[in-house]
Formats: sequence, structure tokens, C-alpha cells
Amino acid sequence: MGEAKFDNPTEALLARHNAPRKGSDWAERTRHAARERTLGMGAAGRRDEYWRYTNPTSLNAFETPDVEILQLEEVPVFDGVEKLLITFVDGVYSPELSDDLSGEGLEISTLEDALSADIHWASDVFGVLETNGQSPVNRPFAALNTALAGQGVVIRATGKVSKPVALRYCRENTTSDALIHHVIRVESGADLSILENGAGASRLNTVMEVDVADGGSFHHLRAQGRDHTRLAMTHIFARLGAESHFKSFTLTVNGRLTRNDVVIDIVGGNTKASVAGACLGDGDFLHDDTIFITHDAVNCESRQVFKKVLKNGATGVFQGKILVKTGAQKTDGYQISQALLLDDDSNFLAKPELEIYADDVACSHGSTCGAVDENSLFYLMSRGIPRAEAQNMMIVAFLDEAIQEIENEALAEDIRARLLGWAERHKG
Amino acid sequence: MFEIKNLKASLADEDKQILKGMNLSIGAGEVHAIMGPNGSGKSTMSYVAAGKGGYVVDEGEVLLNGANLLDMEPDERAAAGLFLAFQYPVEIPGVGNMTFLRTAVNAQRKMRGEEELNAAQFLKIVREKAKSLKIDADMLRRPVNVGFSGGEKKRNEILQMAMLEPKMCILDETDSGLDVDAMKLVAEGVNALRDGERSFLVITHYQRLLDHIKPDFVHIMADGKIIKTGGPELALEVENNGYADLLNEVA
Ligand SMILES: Nc1ncnc2c1ncn2[C@@H]1O[C@H](COP(=O)(O)OP(=O)(O)O)[C@@H](O)[C@H]1O
Ligand SMILES: [Mg+2]
Repeated sequence: MGEAKFDNPTEALLARHNAPRKGSDWAERTRHAARERTLGMGAAGRRDEYWRYTNPTSLNAFETPDVEILQLEEVPVFDGVEKLLITFVDGVYSPELSDDLSGEGLEISTLEDALSADIHWASDVFGVLETNGQSPVNRPFAALNTALAGQGVVIRATGKVSKPVALRYCRENTTSDALIHHVIRVESGADLSILENGAGASRLNTVMEVDVADGGSFHHLRAQGRDHTRLAMTHIFARLGAESHFKSFTLTVNGRLTRNDVVIDIVGGNTKASVAGACLGDGDFLHDDTIFITHDAVNCESRQVFKKVLKNGATGVFQGKILVKTGAQKTDGYQISQALLLDDDSNFLAKPELEIYADDVACSHGSTCGAVDENSLFYLMSRGIPRAEAQNMMIVAFLDEAIQEIENEALAEDIRARLLGWAERHKG
Repeated sequence: MFEIKNLKASLADEDKQILKGMNLSIGAGEVHAIMGPNGSGKSTMSYVAAGKGGYVVDEGEVLLNGANLLDMEPDERAAAGLFLAFQYPVEIPGVGNMTFLRTAVNAQRKMRGEEELNAAQFLKIVREKAKSLKIDADMLRRPVNVGFSGGEKKRNEILQMAMLEPKMCILDETDSGLDVDAMKLVAEGVNALRDGERSFLVITHYQRLLDHIKPDFVHIMADGKIIKTGGPELALEVENNGYADLLNEVA
């Protein structure tokens, strides 16, 4: 109904969110430019090269879907570890449900506060990495986010941060439409872990800009909640300096539509980056990982490891690119995307791309899609393991290569337990 | 104890019968051996008994203590007491050998209404049994059969058998591809499980395994049937003269 009021869908996009609290001049300039960028590129459409497999209509719609809130009895993901907890409810920071914004080895504030102050480093990152990530492919939801997000955290890690920063996204309203924008700078030699957990909103749009200085380390682990019909459009924009480390892992179960964009620019030599994900979908489920890694420095390694388990008509999408620029010699790029289809109704669409302009590189990529191996299943069953349990073992085994990308063993075990829990709830 | 009665089975995808009226009866505590040319249906028999997909049973029964295994799922057959040591054990990346063993042992106990073993109890038993089969901690930690040598895979089969304590064990060419020492280990593993109650069906091409695991009866299988049954001397005859004479005898 709302669409008719606007000349075009892009204006509808910009109009559906309230304006954030006004920030300093620099921040408002950045937001204004983002608004212009959004209008310039227009809303995402099926004709866009990277929206062919995933229909953006529900992300573009003026109306927010009514999404039932899943009440969970279980302990939240990552609850077992010591952490600095920051809670957002329907995309809004909740001081009551959060720890004090302070910690060893880091400076941290809300996006609202940071954008109204003159934080020199933040102005070099906020909207900047997002803008860099707009070429060669437009990402209008990211520009929209920069233009209108009023919520998020701004973190500068200056040393070894003693505990991970855990961002918990809770829901109370069934029709929340949230924009969250995090700005992160990991200084030279610093080490920061970010945990994200929860569906966050009926429709969630997040941007995380991560600037890792030479010799910095960044670890990111995310579980996107279990609410069945939620929509999510997430972005990570990372710039990696020399000898830095970057790891990001995402667990996705359920959700009507999830699109996770990750854009990584490796600008300094001897750097290692890994992006991985495991997703499990049953029925009305579309999960899309769209990854762009650019190597613009020598002797760097990047890994993309994505595994999807799909059933009852669920769809998995993987679009992954490794771009090796001239001069990025000795690049070691690895990319694998695999789907395990538990029935004939589900499907997996993959678009792996390598674009290499340097001559001394080793890049490999592979994409497969198949059913549970009957021989393995029979072997397990012949030892007395019932079919459903054997199949679940195969599912967890299939996902294991992605889980192994998680460095922290305790967190990896937590993820494994969640996967198994999902498999058990959805067995047969 | 274990009986195969007039078993006829075909490939599900092709109209081709492999087992053509097989009969076999094994009493409690007995060891039987089956020998026979390649392609005679020995593995098919063991797969059909264990419940592998891809085969259609046209006729007959496979009974374990009177219960027809053919009516059961593969896991139920295992819980009923059947164990098949595979000719080609399957590699399962991502599933730890130890997790696999423990899940299997406890799944069977659960199905039989017995109490499950906790981690400590299980570990104690598995270490002991693994040691006698020269299976080290590393092999237990690794994914099931992944990167195992031929001999390691076969020893791993025997370890599973020892852990699961089945009533009826079918060993499908467990000796193939093993050197003499590995074969002795496997044979010792099997002999350690002989207790007067447990029965064995050993499929092999070689007399030398039967020097270590002494059979009570030897059967010759050809073209989907048992064509001759005798004592241990029959294995020696095969070893010396091959199958040609035996096949001609029936023809
Ligand atoms: N899954 C299958 N697909 C096609 N042919 C099969 C299959 N299983 C068995 N066969 C055929 O059945 C016959 C018996 O094979 P098998 O049982 O493996 O014999 P053995 O173990 O005695 O060597 C062979 O001709 C083999 O090619
Ligand atoms: Mg065979």
C-alpha cells in the first residue's frame, strides 16, 4: 500500500526509517553522501548481477513483515563465555540490559555518542569502508544503512582485549525494521573478538565496518537467531593491513531470507583472512552468502568456507569472488561452497568467481551439492545407530570443515551443539 | 542361531538376480567359512543380511535366533546381534572414530533397554580393546577410517566388533590386503571373541586366515548359492586346486 506514495522504490526505502539523532558535521556529511549514494544507485533489483538468485522484494518493501517472536527455553548462544555484553532490543541499544561500556584494551561507545563527538579515527572508517565496498558492485542496503542507522557500537581496540564484546540482538516488537551500524578499528598489535547473537528485528539491516591495522587481529562469530520468518540483510566491510588476521564465522538457522555480504580488502602483505559459514534451513528459507575478497598485497592467504544443509524446499545461494590484483603475488586463495540437500525439493545456487591479475598465485575453488552419502549412512546404521541419528551425524560432519575455521574451541563446541540441536528438531 | 533360508536377491536397479537360493545354518559358537570365486555373491549375501539398500529380496529369510532380520532396519539388525565387518570399510570425514564408537555402543544399548555407558566407562573399555589390536589414541581420535591404511581399517572393524559384542559376526574378506602380522592381529582379535556362544561367518579367499581362525565348516559359494559344504579340509583343497574342479563337480 505504501509504495504508491513514492516516485520510486529507493525513496520508499529511505522514507521507511526514522531519521537518526543528528550527529556532528562530519557524521552528517557522511550520512548525506550515503543518502545521495543510495538514490544514485537505486534499490536492488532482480536484474542486478548479484541479486539474480535472491529476490530483494521483501527487503525493499515499505511494509515490515509481522514476524512471530520465538521464545526460547535454551541458554543463548555464547552465554558460557566471559564477555562484555551489549544488548539491542528491536535494534535499539538497551543500557539496562548491557554491561558498562568499558573494558580492558578497548574504547567503546554507542554509535549515537561517537557520531556526535569528534573521533578522528571513526571518521576515517564510518561510511568509508562501506563506500569502498560499493565498487564494482552496488550495495544499496549498505548505503541506506550508513545514511539512516542511529544505532550500533563504535569500538577501538588498542591492546589485547581481555574478553569478547558480545552483541545480543533481542526482539520485542513483531514488526521492527532495524538498522544497526558498527564501526570498529583494531589498532596495531591489538586483538578483538566480537560475538553477535540473535535475530534482532523482523527485518534487520546491519553494517559492520572493520578496519584492522598492521598486525591487528579480529575474530568475529555470529549466530543469527532462530526466528522463522525474519528477514536479514547484513554487511561486513573489512580493510586488512599488513600481517593482520581476520576471521569471521556465521551460523544461520531458519529465517525466511538472509543475505550476508562480506567485502574484504587486503591491503597489506602477509595477512590471513577467513570467512566461513554454516547454515541449516528447512522449508521457507533462503540463505545467501555473497563474498568479495580483494587481494591487493603480497603473500596473503584468504579462505572462504561455506556449508549449507537444506531441506523441504529451502534454497541456498553462494556468490563468492576472489580478486587478485596486479602485484598481489604469492596469494593463496581458497574457496569452497557446498550444500547437502536432504531431499529433492531443496536447491543450491552457486556462483564462484576468480579474477586474477597476478601471475604467481595459488587459488583454488570448488562447489558441490549432493545428498547424504548412502554408503556412509548404511555404515553408521549397520553399527546400530538409528537412521535419523546417523543422518544428523552426517550433517554435523558435513558442516565440520566450516566449524573448524573457528579458532576458539569452546565457542566451536557451542556452535556444534546448536547445529546438532537444530538437526534433532528437524529430523526425519 | 543364524540361518539363511532359500535366499534370493536381485539388484534393485537392474533386473539381475545375484543370490539364487542360498542356504546356510550356523549354530551357536560355531565358525563357518565361505569361499568362492569373485562375483559369486559373497558380499551381496552379507549386505542383504545387514540391510544395505540397493537390493531386492525376491524370496527367503535370514533368521537370527528365530527373528527374521529382513523385516528390520539395519540398526535394528545390529541391535539384534548382527555385525558385518566390511570388505571395504567406509571413510566418514568429520565423524570422530571415538564419537562413532560410543554413539553406536550406546544406541544399541538403548535399543535393547540397557543403560548407556558414560564417557569414563566407555573410555576405559575402548582403550583396553584398542590396545590389544594395536590401535593407538591417534587412530581413535581421527575421523572414521579417514587416512587409515588398509590394515588399520580392518583392525578398526574388529575393534568395533569387540565393542559391540554381537552374537553373529560376518567378516567379509577381512584378511584381504593384510600382511602376515596384521592378519595375525585380526585373527587374535576374532579368537578373543570366541566364547562358545558367539558365531562367526568368515568370508575369505585364503586358507592362511583359516589356520588362525579354525572353522568348523567350510562352504563353497558359486553363482549365488552354496555348492558344497565340508570340513576344514575343503579350504585346503581350494588352496591347492582352485575352484575349477569344484565348479565342474556341480556342473
Ligand atoms: N551394487 C551393485 N551394482 C552392480 N552390480 C553389483 C552390485 N552389487 C553386486 N553386484 C554384482 O553382483 C555380483 C556379486 O558380487 P559380490 O557379492 O560382490 O561378489 P563377491 O563378494 O563374491 O566377490 C557381481 O557380478 C557384481 O558385479
Ligand atoms: Mg566380496
